[in-house]
Amino acid sequence: MGKPKLKKLHIRQEWCKGCGICVHFCPEKVLELDDKDKAFAARPQDCICCKLCELRCPDLAIDVETEDE
Amino acid sequence: MAIKDYLRERFFPHMWCPGCGHGTVLNSMLRAIENLALEKNDVVMVSGIGCSARISGYVDFHTLHTIHGRALAFATGVKMSRPDLNLIVPMGDGDALAIGGNHFIHAARRNIDITAIIMNNRIYGMTGGQFSPLTGYGKLATTSPYTNIDHAFDTVSLAIAAGASFVARTTTYHAKQMTDIIQKAIQHKGFSVVEVLTQCPTYFGRKNKEGGAAEMMENYKNITTPIGSKASRENPDLIERGIFVEKEMPEYCSEYNKIIQKAVKGK
Repeated sequence: MGKPKLKKLHIRQEWCKGCGICVHFCPEKVLELDDKDKAFAARPQDCICCKLCELRCPDLAIDVETEDE
Repeated sequence: MAIKDYLRERFFPHMWCPGCGHGTVLNSMLRAIENLALEKNDVVMVSGIGCSARISGYVDFHTLHTIHGRALAFATGVKMSRPDLNLIVPMGDGDALAIGGNHFIHAARRNIDITAIIMNNRIYGMTGGQFSPLTGYGKLATTSPYTNIDHAFDTVSLAIAAGASFVARTTTYHAKQMTDIIQKAIQHKGFSVVEVLTQCPTYFGRKNKEGGAAEMMENYKNITTPIGSKASRENPDLIERGIFVEKEMPEYCSEYNKIIQKAVKGK
């Protein structure tokens, strides 16, 4: 089993409240807030699929989809 | 089943403030239920009043949104009549330990098979930031503008003293641990207490200058340590997290069933 590879970082922006928890704790600085304070994947190519954003998101707005799923 | 399938999506986005830790508790709890592959119809979630209590509205199980502090009493009734169901009772610190303090200690004493999750944000958020029994000495709240002179309960010590057979503590920063602990708490046959330190950036954080949601979560990393760690021995001020008690004891509904059998035989 190799390292998981990112297929897509799904972010439901209509559920996101822009608290910035995902942005703050992302170990690879993949996420940023846009001009409407909604999270988006600014550098998806750097994602290591640790899923910490998905697990901690209080708005349940993030779903990290990996290639093997 | 994906965790989204356990949600009542029509009520989203939820009503909690940006960065409120209660959403992370919902997130971790649903992952625990998903890992256990529980059917929606086998789970009953009972809650009282407060920000925390709104959690029952967002999940697609059997749900009861009851009166302040009395969620455990309602849950006891459900469990006694349907012992086959999994009862989960999420409560706030005020709901569980102020208004519902007596229900809490007696549910623990009886060791009824219910999972009580105490979402401890140290404040009454919904009503405007009044201090709660877990706010703590020296802290600021709208009702303690010159600092609070009440000392806080230690939820874990209280639950152990009252007789709970599973007692644990974690934080919203430690989301993976939270899922793991809640999973074990649900599996445990008896009264399980899980205290989750959860941030209220709107009232507790702002009043006490603890920063935003992410800073408050960083703080949980710094002020907590695993049970019995070296850091804990060196600095007793650190809050321990993990599973404190996990023991087998006669469960209330099983005991009650034995009484029924005895009484029926007696006829």
